[in-house]
Amino acid sequence: MKSKLLLLSALVLFFAGAPKAGYELGADVEDFTLKNVDGKEITLSEYGEKGAIVIFDCNTCPYSKAYLERIKELDAMYAPKGYPVVAVNSNDPNKSPDDSFDKMVEYADENEYEHAYVYDADQSVAKAFGATNTPHVFIVQKNGEKLVLKYIGAIDNNTRDAEAADKKYVQDAVDALLEGKSPETAKTKAIGCTIKWAS
Amino acid sequence: MKYILAVLLTITSFISFSQSVKVIQVDELVALVNSDKEKIQVINFWATWCGPCIKELPFIEEVAESMKSQVDVQLITVDFVDDLTKVEKFVERKQLKSNVYLIDNVDYNSWIDKVDERWSGAIPATVVINPVSGDRRFVERELKEGELESIIEELL
Repeated sequence: MKSKLLLLSALVLFFAGAPKAGYELGADVEDFTLKNVDGKEITLSEYGEKGAIVIFDCNTCPYSKAYLERIKELDAMYAPKGYPVVAVNSNDPNKSPDDSFDKMVEYADENEYEHAYVYDADQSVAKAFGATNTPHVFIVQKNGEKLVLKYIGAIDNNTRDAEAADKKYVQDAVDALLEGKSPETAKTKAIGCTIKWAS
Repeated sequence: MKYILAVLLTITSFISFSQSVKVIQVDELVALVNSDKEKIQVINFWATWCGPCIKELPFIEEVAESMKSQVDVQLITVDFVDDLTKVEKFVERKQLKSNVYLIDNVDYNSWIDKVDERWSGAIPATVVINPVSGDRRFVERELKEGELESIIEELL
């Protein structure tokens, strides 16, 4: 019986492939400290005054590139209001050599990043969040000592054309949080590049 | 003689048939996912810019050929419709034989769950459906060689 169970769980793990578990909406998010492209360590709970817009991102994904300007704008808009962007690159540099820490530093410099761009070297943060693709957004709100997950999903509803997006999920969610409300749309999905997991 | 044959073979391989790309909307995509055909339906989501997708394409094409009496393969690219020519050139260059579609809708949140609720949105993603029994499998990562065959065997 035990061996059958073991076999079953092995099968489940095998078919599950990339890690899928992750925080549910409303969950307490475990704090993390990761190295930023400027060489300093960033601790999530200490970074934003009210919370943060955590975005799993990378140098190489065309969809990340399509959202690059919009991600910079989100930081410009919401960092002063207490919700800065923390972009997290979790791609394994063996699978995706252009996503190494050195390349991140270059990329952030070329693209004049004002926002944090941190390196999740052991992929533990992506696994904890249940991030699957890039760009993949998780908005957290500070509640005393706690960090609470308030939104999971896409930036808006038009990857190709920012002007044509008529649902700005992340903006709407942060605006709601700033007004002391819960986001009306708290979970969305979008196509993205799969996070390149180390094997 | 041998030389002429070689030249002829080379020429025919260049002009051999590959699929054109059909641009579809969400209702057509939903119809593909809910096909009432008898064959097993393999629906794969990919893009020309997606490395892991391109790596698994030959395995999928192989299955489409070797199991064609039992299986239909639909390759659905999420490339933007502006890149249609690029996709067509890719299909030509790789000599893809399966049906290739481009889904012309970037409001992904509006249709991802209609394909499969388990899909987070990462590509590659593959749905394998037995329309007769209603059984389906969903894989959201790169397929390894031989893996698709085993999934299909399970559903047959």
